[in-house]
Amino acid sequence: MISLSSPIRTRAHRWPAGAKLAALCLASTALFAVDALWFQLAALGLALALYALPGLVFLRSGLGALRIVLPFVGLVLVWHALSGSPAEGVFLALRMATAVALANLVTMTTSLEDLTDVLRALGRPLQRLGLPMHLLETAIPLVIRFTPVLIQKAGALVEAWRARSARRPGPQLVLPLALLALDDADHVAEALRARGGPL
Amino acid sequence: MERNLAHVAMFAALIAALGLVPAITLGFGVPISAQTLGVMLAGAVLGWKRGVAACLLFILLVALGLPLLAGGRGGLGVFMAPTTGFLLGWIPAAAVTGLFVEKSGIRHAGLAAGLGAVLGGVLVLYVFGIAGMAIALKKSLAEATLLSAAFIPGDLLKAVVTGLLVQVLAQVRPQSIAWQRRDGAS
Repeated sequence: MISLSSPIRTRAHRWPAGAKLAALCLASTALFAVDALWFQLAALGLALALYALPGLVFLRSGLGALRIVLPFVGLVLVWHALSGSPAEGVFLALRMATAVALANLVTMTTSLEDLTDVLRALGRPLQRLGLPMHLLETAIPLVIRFTPVLIQKAGALVEAWRARSARRPGPQLVLPLALLALDDADHVAEALRARGGPL
Repeated sequence: MERNLAHVAMFAALIAALGLVPAITLGFGVPISAQTLGVMLAGAVLGWKRGVAACLLFILLVALGLPLLAGGRGGLGVFMAPTTGFLLGWIPAAAVTGLFVEKSGIRHAGLAAGLGAVLGGVLVLYVFGIAGMAIALKKSLAEATLLSAAFIPGDLLKAVVTGLLVQVLAQVRPQSIAWQRRDGAS
């Protein structure tokens, strides 16, 4: 399984992840605090310039990740055009696109390892409060490993269904999948205990 | 403890795997994804504490940049989108579903799970989702409700499926439903 971090190395990959996250928090707060159209326009322009700096391939994959806001951009533009306040619609659409674009930029320029390090640092005070943060070190790799295994098993169930039925596979396959998942979880739990428990 | 950890991780992975199920389109053209079915199942099968842990773990991995959401989405951008409330709402949704099945006293496992899923996975989830959408789109709560209402029938359907699944699970694998084991009912 791969992270959404961009394979194109940019200068920002070397910046500390904590600093990038703090900058993102500040930028997002500013986006929601400043109520001026020119500010939102400038922010989107700046975000697009940052996307364009590492080259065309980076820009294209970045814009691809922005498609999640497209339906909502269309929605507010149409809504406000009909209700007679198109400027407000443009403002909201700009703010929405910029907020998502900046957040994705941090994800694209930060490796999974760097982000996990930040998580560990943030978890230390919580650990002292008694939350079992150390379990995350075992839980995260478990999910990353379980997911492709479950997807593969779901694929096998779909194929078995298709071999026996002319109808399309439906929600009835969730039950065997859940049973397989519960069995696997029990096996992994035993294996973990046999090896002396989680990290 | 190992068993709890493995179950939490496995349900987080189950939510991710269900995200790959192609969206079913309802009669009136609204796509529904199977991913929140995983959230309802996590609460209804694991109970509220481990159900919340599974959702937290999943959301954390999405924030770390893994493309686990339906359609291969992920990263920090999904926490800034108008739909963010529907994602963060998974945590209280699993909590309420789990609390309901544990505390309601309904002996029928499937009925308890189905009602819990309606309460947590639909009602509570939409409260958070609609609030998030109202903030991001600067709309009133009524307008945001209108915008998300089309998805409610699909989610009610998922709650029914959750009830049916838990009913069968309680029959074929009673030990897997932790909150039922305690009072010995099935």
